[in-house]
Formats: sequence, C-alpha cells, structure tokens
Amino acid sequence: MTLAPFVILLLAAAVGYAINIQAARAIRSNGVRLHSLEGFHGLFSLLLVIVPVLTLVLLWLALEGGVINRLLMASLPDGVLDGLDSGAVQLIGAEIRSIAGGRIFGTPEDWKLEAADRLIAYRQTSAWLLVIVVVLVSAALVFFARGKVAAEFRARQGVERITLGLMVFCAVVAIFTTIGIVAALTFETIKFFQLVPVTEFLFGTNWEPQIPIREDQIAAEGAFGAVPVFLGTIVIATVALVVAVPVGLLSAIYLNEFAPHAFRKVVKPILEVLAGVPTVVYGFFAILVVAPAIRQFGQSIGLDVASNTALAAGGVMGIMLIPFISSFADDALSAVPQSLRDGALALGATRGEMMMNVVFPAAIPGIVGGVLLAVSRAIGETMIVVMAAGLIARMTINPLDSVTAVTVQIVTLLIGDTAFDNPKTLAAFALGMMLFLATLVINVFALRIVRKYREIYD
Amino acid sequence: MDDLRQHLQVAGDEEVKISARNCQVFYGDTHAIKDVDVDILDKTVTAFIGPSGCGKSTFLRCLNRMNDTIDVARVEGEILMDGENIYDKKVDPVQLRAKVGMVFQKPNPFPKSIYDNVSYGPKIHGLARNKAELDEIVERSLRRAALWDEVKDRLQTPGTGLSGGQQQRLCIARAVATEPEVLLMDEPASALDPIATAQIEELIDELKQNYSVVIVTHSMQQAARVSQKTAFFHLGNLVEYDDTGTIFTNPQDPRTESYITGRIG
Ligand SMILES: Nc1ncnc2c1ncn2[C@@H]1O[C@H](COP(=O)(O)OP(=O)(O)OP(=O)(O)O)[C@@H](O)[C@H]1O
Ligand SMILES: [Mg+2]
Repeated sequence: MTLAPFVILLLAAAVGYAINIQAARAIRSNGVRLHSLEGFHGLFSLLLVIVPVLTLVLLWLALEGGVINRLLMASLPDGVLDGLDSGAVQLIGAEIRSIAGGRIFGTPEDWKLEAADRLIAYRQTSAWLLVIVVVLVSAALVFFARGKVAAEFRARQGVERITLGLMVFCAVVAIFTTIGIVAALTFETIKFFQLVPVTEFLFGTNWEPQIPIREDQIAAEGAFGAVPVFLGTIVIATVALVVAVPVGLLSAIYLNEFAPHAFRKVVKPILEVLAGVPTVVYGFFAILVVAPAIRQFGQSIGLDVASNTALAAGGVMGIMLIPFISSFADDALSAVPQSLRDGALALGATRGEMMMNVVFPAAIPGIVGGVLLAVSRAIGETMIVVMAAGLIARMTINPLDSVTAVTVQIVTLLIGDTAFDNPKTLAAFALGMMLFLATLVINVFALRIVRKYREIYD
Repeated sequence: MDDLRQHLQVAGDEEVKISARNCQVFYGDTHAIKDVDVDILDKTVTAFIGPSGCGKSTFLRCLNRMNDTIDVARVEGEILMDGENIYDKKVDPVQLRAKVGMVFQKPNPFPKSIYDNVSYGPKIHGLARNKAELDEIVERSLRRAALWDEVKDRLQTPGTGLSGGQQQRLCIARAVATEPEVLLMDEPASALDPIATAQIEELIDELKQNYSVVIVTHSMQQAARVSQKTAFFHLGNLVEYDDTGTIFTNPQDPRTESYITGRIG
C-alpha cells in the first residue's frame, strides 16, 4: 500500500512525458518551429509532476504518524489518561500500536483493543486519501503541463528552472544539516560549561574524567583540564607532519619535474593506493610493527620507551598523510605555467635551480594550503590514535612517551555506560567543539590561501 | 639551391655566428624541420617569417637547445656556434642557454620583484661580485630595455604587476642581463600595442650593435623594418634566405613571393 503512491506518481510522470512529446511533435509536424525541442516539453511535464508530488508524498508519510497519533489519543474514552505523565501516555500509545500490529501481550483492556481497531482504520483511510490526492494532483499537473505545450512555450527554460529549484533544495539540506550538527554540539558544550568552569577546561593541566556513574561506584572525582589532551594531539600531529611534509614535498618535486615518464606512471598510482588504505589498517601497522620496532630500538640503545608512543602513532599518521601532501603539492607545482619553467631554463638555469628558485616559490601558496589541510586531518584523525596512542593524558612533549589525543578521549568518554547529564559525557562534546573550531579556522585559512593563489595564474 | 649558396657567399664577408647544417627536427613521427641549412651573422638582426605551423619556433628553439625540454622532440644534424657543434656531448646546454638568450611570445616574468626578475640570471651565473655590481647590471639592463624610467621607483614590486608591454620589456631586460651573445625572440611584439612595439623595435635595433638577434615575426612590415637578413620557412623547409631587401623586393622562389604578397598564409 505504501508503494502505490510512488507507482502512480511514476506512471503519471511517464504519461505526462509521452503526452507532451506527442503534442509537441504534432505542432512541429504542422511545420511550425518550436521554441524548445519535443524532449524538453516532455521533461517539463515529467519534472512538473515528479517534484511537487514526490515532495507531497514524502511530507505526508513523515507527518502521517504524528497526526494519527493525535487523533487516536483524542479518541480514547474519557478518563483513561487522567493523572498519567507523558511517559505513561507514550507507553499506552506504544501498546496500542503493537496490538494493532498483531502482537498482543496478556489481556489488554477492551478500550485498548477498540483503539487498536480504530488505529488500523485511520491508517487505511490515510493510505487511501494519499492515493486519491496523488492521483488528483498528478492528473491536474499533467493537464496543466499539457496545456502549456505551444510553439512559443519556453520549455527549455522551464526545465532549467525546476532543476534549479531542486539544486537549491539539496544545497539547503546540506547547509541545514551542518547547522543542525553545529547547533547540537554547541548546545551540549554549553551544558558542559555549566557543570565545569570554562577556565578549568581551557587552562587546567589535569585530565581525569572518571566520574562515578552509579552512586556506589568507587572512582575519582573527575578533573577536566584539557591542556594535556590537546598537548598530546599537538605532539602526535607534529610528529606526523615532520614525517609527511618533507617526504611528501620531495616526492612531489621529484615526480613533477625529475622523474622519468615511466617511473612517474608507476609511482603515482602507488601513492594513490596509499591514500586509499583505510586508517584502521594503518592502526594495525602502528601497533603491530612500528611501536614494537621503536620500543626495541629504544631499549637497544638504553632508552626507556613506552609501548604506545606518540612517535609510533604520529609516524604512522605521517605515512598516511604523505600521499595527501604529495598530491596537493604535485597539483600546485603542475599549476605553475610551463612558460615560467621555459623562462628560467632559457636564462641558463639548471632544472634544479628552476625548481627551487622559480617553480617552488610560485607554488608555495598552494603547498601551504595543502599542508594546512593535512594539519587539520592530523588533528581530526581518530582511528590510528585510538589504536596506537595512549589513554592517560600526560603533560609532556616527549614523543617517546605515551600521550593521548583529543579524538581518543572523545571515543573513550562515549564508550560504555553513558548518561547525558554527566560531565564525563558532556566533556566529549566540549572536546569535539574545540576540535571543530580548530579545524574550521585552519581550513578557512588554508582555503583562502589556495584561492588567492589560484587567482594569480587563471 | 644554387641561388641560396650564392647568397650565403655574399654573406661570407661578415662574421658567421651560428650555422645550421642538415638540421632536422622530429616531434615523435612528425617531421617539423626538414634539412635546414642557414648561416646567422653576428651583429645582425635576422627575421624568420612564414605561415603558422611552418616550424619557425621549432627551429628557433634548436638554437638554444630548448627542444631538449620537450620529451618527444628529436634534433638531428649540426648546429655550429662559433664553429662548435652545440649538440656535441661535451657542450653543457645550461651554459649554452646563458650565451643564447631567449624572449618568448607571451611575456613570462617570474612572480618575483622586478629587481629579482632581472638579477636572476646574473645571480645564478655569478656575473656580479657584490650588491653594487648587481644593482648596476639591473639598472643597465632595464635602461637597455627602455623600462628603467618607468620602474626605477618600484623595483621591489612584483614584475607580474606590470602592463603587458612593460612585462615584455622586463623579459627582454632579464634576457640581456645575462650578457648573451645571441638573442632569440619568438614573436616578441605579438601581444603589444603599436607604441610598445615601436619601443621594442627600437631596442632590437640597438641590441644589434652587440648581439646577433634572431626574431620570429608574422608582420612583414616588422621584418622589413628591423631585420637585415630574412629567412622564409614553409612546411618545415627553409625556402629562401637572403638580405631582407632582396626577399621583399625580388624574391627568387614563387612560394616566397606568394607569401609576401599575401597568397599563402
Ligand atoms: N611540442 C610539440 N609536440 C608535437 N608537435 C609539435 C610541438 N610543437 C610544435 N609541433 C609541431 O611542429 C610544427 C611546427 O610548429 P612551430 O611551433 O614551430 O610552428 P611556428 O612556425 O612557430 O607556428 P606559429 O607561427 O603558429 O607560432 C607544427 O606542425 C606543430 O604542430
Ligand atoms: Mg611559433
């Protein structure tokens, strides 16, 4: 039954399409020049039917439940809901719905059984109503579209306008979802700061978020100084960039300018494969290969190395970022016009001098943009650090120590028993907010640099 | 062909700077330059004319080995500069390009300051021992390119911020700053207005006091105005090479005549 409106809709659209094409063809065969080709007349009808009716059906299905529920509750015998709180009322609604669905537990009161019958009736009425409405509206739209067919009717522009409307709608959906997410984040963050002072969060150096969830649980009081957590992220991201930036840039320069054609053809796809490796796999690699190797090496030269060092997590994250930086830098270098390279070579520069003195400086803005985007990926990266970094927040910048990261803390805070009125859980939102703000600032900055640079050569 | 020999001999009493013998250029399978023999004289302006796609730029780029930078390009034959084959293994193309400067059709200043644009060549070739000498080279080059008065107060501003004509003169200043012996110009005035064109032609006239200048141009008038020698290319062949006056008033080859009078092109 729920399928029926969609089938009708598609049929109506197809019929409208065919009718309009026929009509337009008839005009044309009379020797009149059409403003728009037949296909556009057909499409015009098709879109004119599909877009509004589909919206109507989806809205109907979305709102139907709420309306029926209202009617149902209003139709219950007087007195049965008296003195019940909203939770209990909802429970009754749920019970009636499950009776209507054929799942009857125990022996429900008669009024509940009656209500269930009424619910089924409401639903059927609604479904029939929807079918009728869809048929009427579709038919009306098909007729309307048919009436529009005329030699001078601008179906091309009509189709464009409808498509444009669709695109605007999609854009608005994207924007509103983002706004919604940010709003939710902000809301929870504000709740957190009502429980924990902002200053403690921003400047406190002690991070021990273990608050008892049950009354009888033995645990620490909980301390929410986020500085060591952010410090951990910074240490790991720094290690990652120390690995990724030089390797990425040099490989890009080599591939872009010096590599023989055959070599480039082999290595570029390999770098792209590296970019496609899931981060979880990098995580394995970090714990199973890199971390033990670092530890063993450290011990062999008499250093005390933690088992989950920032060096291992950051190093592997750096490997993950190499293709990212390299492909960004490659794009930036390729965007430098050939004429500049020719100019430098014609002055008697070697290829290396040309690269270092002319091409690379010209590409720096684009490269910086790419590196900044890599930074925001590094601080937002979750899987590798969850697997390879530590859990305890320490005030240290020693990469051989175990440190934790913001994303790791968010994950651990939200795993297990969670109550959404507890600072432990809310702290995750505050951390997320900070992370969001940091990456936002970096991304805006990076995009601005990249854009400014694009203007120079276009 | 006999005619050509004769003319080359006439040219013989002046000093030959570059001579090409049996020069061939291939782009993959395309034979772009076919068997070109030519003697380019010192302290002379030589014009290359011919219809689009006939290989003028390609041949010009042979003279400073810029074709080396194109993967598919292959050059055969000999090109002698001061008697030495520039395609010989022991010749360093980088050194060669310092001696044979080039100005491109489209102005291509580096995205650096005007000063850095001009001083780049002298710096990498170590032509100046100190800052004062470098300043002097920059000023002298900009003066020769007739640009000094316009930019002397803003040497530190980006070269890309100049007008098209100024940029082209900046590129010429950049090329002369390395003190080349030969200056190759590929349609240097094609993007310029008549005033800037006149300035550049004046400059070319002056440059020939010291250099051998080769200029590619699509403008017959320009070739007639600035050059002493003219070479006419057609479909990769050097059809005719002679004194500019002879080419324009008394061409020997019917193809040259029809090009000059506007029938091929
Ligand atoms: N990089 C290249 N790869 C392949 N073929 C090329 C390349 N450059 C030039 N050619 C070919 O070589 C021939 C000569 O080109 P060239 O650029 O020398 O002509 P031109 O005389 O300078 O023309 P124009 O007056 O239009 O600048 C043309 O057929 C062209 O298609
Ligand atoms: Mg050309």
